[in-house]
Amino acid sequence: MSWISTVSLWILPLLLLTVLIHAAVKKIPAYDSFVEGGKDGFQLAISLIPYLVGMMVAISVFRASGAMELLLGSIKPFLIFIGVPADIVPLAFIRPISGAGALGMMSDLLAEHGPDSFIGRLASTMQGSTDTTLYVLTVYFGAAGIKYMGDALKVGFLADAAGVAASIIIVTIVFGS
Amino acid sequence: MVHAIWIFMLTAGIITAMFNGRMEDVSEAIFSGAEEAVTLCFGLISIMVFWLGIMNIARKSGLMDIFTKLLRPVAVRLFPDVPARHPAMGYIMSNITANLMGLGNAATPMGIKAIKELKKLNGGKDEASRPMITLMALNTASLTLIPTTVIAIRMNYGSASPAEIVGTTIFATACSTAAALCIDRYFYFRRLRKRKGYS
Repeated sequence: MSWISTVSLWILPLLLLTVLIHAAVKKIPAYDSFVEGGKDGFQLAISLIPYLVGMMVAISVFRASGAMELLLGSIKPFLIFIGVPADIVPLAFIRPISGAGALGMMSDLLAEHGPDSFIGRLASTMQGSTDTTLYVLTVYFGAAGIKYMGDALKVGFLADAAGVAASIIIVTIVFGS
Repeated sequence: MVHAIWIFMLTAGIITAMFNGRMEDVSEAIFSGAEEAVTLCFGLISIMVFWLGIMNIARKSGLMDIFTKLLRPVAVRLFPDVPARHPAMGYIMSNITANLMGLGNAATPMGIKAIKELKKLNGGKDEASRPMITLMALNTASLTLIPTTVIAIRMNYGSASPAEIVGTTIFATACSTAAALCIDRYFYFRRLRKRKGYS
């Protein structure tokens, strides 16, 4: 356990050290290069604003209106029928749409069932093994000015479904129900 | 498809609110959602400026080339359409590595740079090319080796063994990543077939 937190604390500073030492050895004007690259980052972050505002307003309206609950309620019986624990269903659905929402929901599940319960372990695995597809696509394609996403969204959502299924199977095998 | 999802979420939300009297919540959600998005973008500025600055040093000093060379055998298979020496490859590889190490925040700027380079490679068109979709598939499937945030939250809730989910998480990530790559390839070949069928 402790080695994991040590690794995550050390990894970034060590990476930074490597880059800087390499630049010094190769006699690169490091500070000028840093500033030049950094300007790019500023513009990228600013250019993201309209994309994220559009998407996050839609997500929060969808949730605040109760439409999200309605949608979940209609799919829930089917998922329980195929053996998905009922409590995990909202998390599985919100994970691809809203990262902050999923984190909140996972915390709720851990608080309610305990982190070492079956639901707690399943929620943790699910949270760690998939990413917020809609957010990732909005940010990356938005910043690069890609308007037509092609199959990216379908691929992302189907992969999320695979991740959820894999989480349920592996947690059942390893920890039992 | 993203247009359809966007319109669906907003209209379905507003229409639902008409029926269950949550219009006030919806009005509030419009402003809070917008505010949250801008706050997020401003939060991103610091990370993007710092990591793109550092990446620029690594690119100029040639460190990124060394790195790309090491990972080339894997990269060429995953991205057959990208020339092995193209700058996009360096950004793609750093994005994947940062994701593997659980450095989501450092991965984003590199991924965006990669997509920008891939766009140049695609003649500047504003549609997603095949390598872009593959890169996005890898990112949305979230290749994580150590889910640091989840471990931290488990610790907060007093788990007896916060890191016990690392193994199951790696397995589930591997499955979703493999699935993402297979689905990506499937759609690609289906697109090719369709194009041939019409010409």
